[in-house]
This record gives sequence, structure tokens and C-alpha cells, in this order.
Amino acid sequence: MTEGLRARLRLDRGAFRLDVDLDLPQRGISALFGHSGSGKTTILRAIAGLERAPGGYVALGGEVWQDDARGVFVPVHKRALGYVFQEASLFPHLSVRANLEFGRKRVPAHERRFALEPVTELLGIGALLERRPDGLSGGERQRVAIARALLASPRLLLMDEPLAALDLRRKLEILPYLERMHAELAIPIVYVSHAPDEVARLADHLVLLDDGKAVASGPLTETLARVDLPPSFADDAGVVLDTRLAGHEEDALSRLEFAGGALFVGRRREAIGTHLRCRIHARDVSLALSQPQGSSIVNRLPAVVTAVAATETPGHVLVQLRIGPSPLLARITARSRRELGIEPGLRLWAQIKGVALLN
Amino acid sequence: MTLDDADLAAVRLTLELATVVTLLLLAVGTPIAWWLARTRSRLRHAVGAVVALPLVLPPTVIGFYLLLVLGPNGPVGKLTEALGIGLLPFSFGGLVLASVCYSLPFVVQPLQNAFEAIGPRPLEVAATLRASPWDTFWSVVVPLARPGFLSGAVLGFAHTVGEFGVVLMIGGNIPDRTRVVSVQIYDHVEALEFAQAHWLAGGMLAFSFIVLLALYTVYPQAMKGRR
Repeated sequence: MTEGLRARLRLDRGAFRLDVDLDLPQRGISALFGHSGSGKTTILRAIAGLERAPGGYVALGGEVWQDDARGVFVPVHKRALGYVFQEASLFPHLSVRANLEFGRKRVPAHERRFALEPVTELLGIGALLERRPDGLSGGERQRVAIARALLASPRLLLMDEPLAALDLRRKLEILPYLERMHAELAIPIVYVSHAPDEVARLADHLVLLDDGKAVASGPLTETLARVDLPPSFADDAGVVLDTRLAGHEEDALSRLEFAGGALFVGRRREAIGTHLRCRIHARDVSLALSQPQGSSIVNRLPAVVTAVAATETPGHVLVQLRIGPSPLLARITARSRRELGIEPGLRLWAQIKGVALLN
Repeated sequence: MTLDDADLAAVRLTLELATVVTLLLLAVGTPIAWWLARTRSRLRHAVGAVVALPLVLPPTVIGFYLLLVLGPNGPVGKLTEALGIGLLPFSFGGLVLASVCYSLPFVVQPLQNAFEAIGPRPLEVAATLRASPWDTFWSVVVPLARPGFLSGAVLGFAHTVGEFGVVLMIGGNIPDRTRVVSVQIYDHVEALEFAQAHWLAGGMLAFSFIVLLALYTVYPQAMKGRR
């Protein structure tokens, strides 16, 4: 029996057809990523029971929420879940405090997992408690909505593009709170998004959805490094590396270490030892057969080719590499590939032109 | 010269009738309005049309059919007699029943509009926060639909106070039992007692105006059922 979330869902909606069988880990953030219309939100709603997927099966850690084969369908209000909608959807007739208490007071005292204070502190809304929802900014509202969902003591938190309705500034305001939640909460989160940066920054596990089907599902780093994804995902190809800030150089660069190597980036203000996630786009990686001399590019790392695949863009290929255990993707022209004779097993040098830090 | 005892009795009876009818209207109208606002059943158009019939039918038509249904040979009349209640026409109970039918759209439509304006999202949010449907109705729907309840109650009350045709058909003109203000005014006019008619008619006019003014002032959008 799986300890995480299991969801087997099938739905026919005219031209759209959803057919997924998900097995998501018990800890961390699982991102459902895909373009609009790929079925992300429908999956989330069906997991919550807001949408009925006939013949479906949904279970969390052995607790069955839906098993139509056995006639089981637990109504939404009896499922220990939290749901954060795209719009905060606070109750306009209640104060922030009463909104937060709404779910909390409906959970029996012995089942409550979070107290009001730590949650309001975690999301930085302690000063808003007596306010009315219509007096809050979009970012504040969404933080209250997240706190409200947490205070209902969920065993699973479902988030449906919680940042999509916000402008960039509000997004950047909320992301650190989500990262704190990620670090401090022991409940699994399923996070729907169509924004690659959000996913790269937050997710541990990634499910790629395309036209109602899960085309890939696995740990974020491994899944992003796959070269066999459908073309719609290949444009944004790139990997995410979990690094540790190891030290500052004299020339205003900082050293980030990851399993298998190190990267240099512009001076960071974080303390030594801080974990930083960075994203390296495949188009920012070039390859050389010998250690490059006379190159202005700082990050040059020895790597081994593990796979080569064609891309949607004519004349280009995607090369999957390993630097120690860590994956890397490079997008180069088919001509270069031919001239350099790039095949799996070849040892070469990867030059990284850009490293995007996600924190 | 002011109101005599018969006038005061008519006023008292009218207020009593309108109060009972308004409470019943809210009790009956709320589930109907909720069903109409939420259902996708094909029957909803037919049910909505039936509820709205009193808006377009002359009160005599409604009174006539109620008389047949409630009378000694009608299905409801047979039932009430079998239950020992007796016959409803020409009684206060009959008047209440007729008024509820006649004023139903004035309560159902504002409520339905208010329920529709809430939309499905707050209900979904409440469900994910562990509120059962019944709990959600009282803790979310009722507060959010308050303007709808208020305008429904006010319109139902005012419309009951203001009815005449149905009352005459079903209730007749029995002092202290079915003779309401509108009927009393009719009697005064028939008897050429214009001064007394004025007191009651003017009072009705002022009452109706004040009620509607208050409603439009407090909830300008409530009359359209939107928030």
C-alpha cells in the first residue's frame, strides 16, 4: 500500500479526455505542470472531490477517499484536505480572523495540527487579523487563504495556481512564504502551475501533463533532465540543481557546490551553507571536446554524455549530460553534434553561460 | 373622524396575515429558490414558470382554482376534511394558503437572484474547510444572501398587505376572520364613506412607499438581486 497520494482518474468532457494514474510522494511539493487545458485543475478538483470522476480511485496514505469500484466516495467536507484556489475566495462577510477560524473550529480539537499563531506568523499575516478581506491586497488575501487552508489541519494541501492571479511583485512576496511552508510543514502539497519558474523553485516531484495525460512523473531534477519529453516541454528545457553556498571569492563571485561540481555566480548575500536552487537552461550550455582555453565563460565543467535526442526546432538536438551524479541538458545544433561526434559515453566539457538562481 | 373598530380590526387582521404569510413564504420560498438557483434539471424552467404565474395571472384566476382545489370536492378540500381541519375557503387558514401561493414569486425571485450571485466558489471553499452542506447554508449562504432575504421578506409582506382579488375570492368578507384592509376600503367606497376610505387608503399608500423607499435606500442593488 502506498503511503503517499494515489489518484486514478478518468474523465470525458467532449473533446477533452483526462486519463491519469498518479502516485505522489508523501512529503514535499509535487507540481502538476502543463499548459492550460492539460487537465491540471481538473485533477486537483477530482482529488478534492469537488469534481466527480466516475470510476476513479483516490487514496491518501491508505485512507481511501474515492473508490467507485467499491462504492466509496467520501464527501469533500469529510476529507482532511486544504484547498487554495487561484483567487483567494475569502468569505467577504467575515473578518480575516473569522475566515481563519472557519475551518479550524470545524476540526475536533484533538485532530488540530496547527495553532493560529504559528500559522499567521509563518505567513506574515498576524497584523491583519481584525481587517476585512476587501481591505487587503491581492498578496495578503492569498496568504490568508493559504493560512485558512492550513488551519483546517489538512493531511494534504492542494494548491491551484495560487500565484497566477497576482502580479510579479505579489508573486515574489508570496514565494518565500511557500518555501518556508515547504521547509517547515510535514504535509504533502500538490501544486498546480503553468509557470516553469515557480515549479523549478518549489517542486520536489514533478508531473508533466499534456492533453489530459501524465507524460512524465518523477523527482524534479530527474524529470526535468529527460530528453524524451513532448515538444511542448522541450522549448523550456533545462535542469534544476540544488546547491549549497560554499564560499565567497575575492573577485565578488560566490561558489555554489552541488553533487559532482561547483558553479560560480555573482556575489550572494546569503550566509555560507545556505541551500540555493538554480536553474540552467539547455540553451545556455555549450559543449567543447577539450578544456576550453581563452574563454570568458567562468563555469566550465567536465561532463559525460548520457543521451542525445532531436528537438522540435529543426537543426537542433538536446544533449543530456552528467556531471558526477547531477544531470545537465545542452541544446546545440545538429551540425555541431556531427562535427564534435557527440554520442553517449563521450567525455567533454560543458560551458555554462547563465545560471538563474531561484531563491 | 378617524378609524373605527371595524377598521382597526381589519388593520390588525392584515398585519397578522402578512406576518404569518411572510414567515411561511421564507420557509417555503428558500428551498424552492435554492433549488432553482443550483439545479441543472430540465424541470427548472417549468418550476420557475409556475412560481412566476401569479405575476401575470389575474388574482381571480388564482382565486378561482384555489377555491376549486380547496373546496369540498377538491383534492385538498377532501384531505383537510378527512384530517378534521375542515374546509379552508372563507377561513383565516385559507387566506394564508392563498396569500402564500399568490406572493411566492415576490420572495422566490430575490432569493434566487441572491443565491445565483453567490456562485459555486464560496460553497466549494466551505466544503474544503470541513463545513457540511447544511452548515455551509447557514454560515455562508444566509449571510451572503442577506439582501435577498431582506428584500424577499419585505416584498412578500408588502404584497400580502396589498392583495385584494385573491382575498375576496378565497376569504370573502368576514369581519375579524377574512376582512383585511383592502376589502374594508372596498366596503367603505361602496358605501360612499370616502373619508374613512381615505384614512385606510392613505395609510396603505404611506406604508407601501416607506417600505419600498427603505428597501431601495438600504440595498440599492437588492431589488435587482445583485451584490
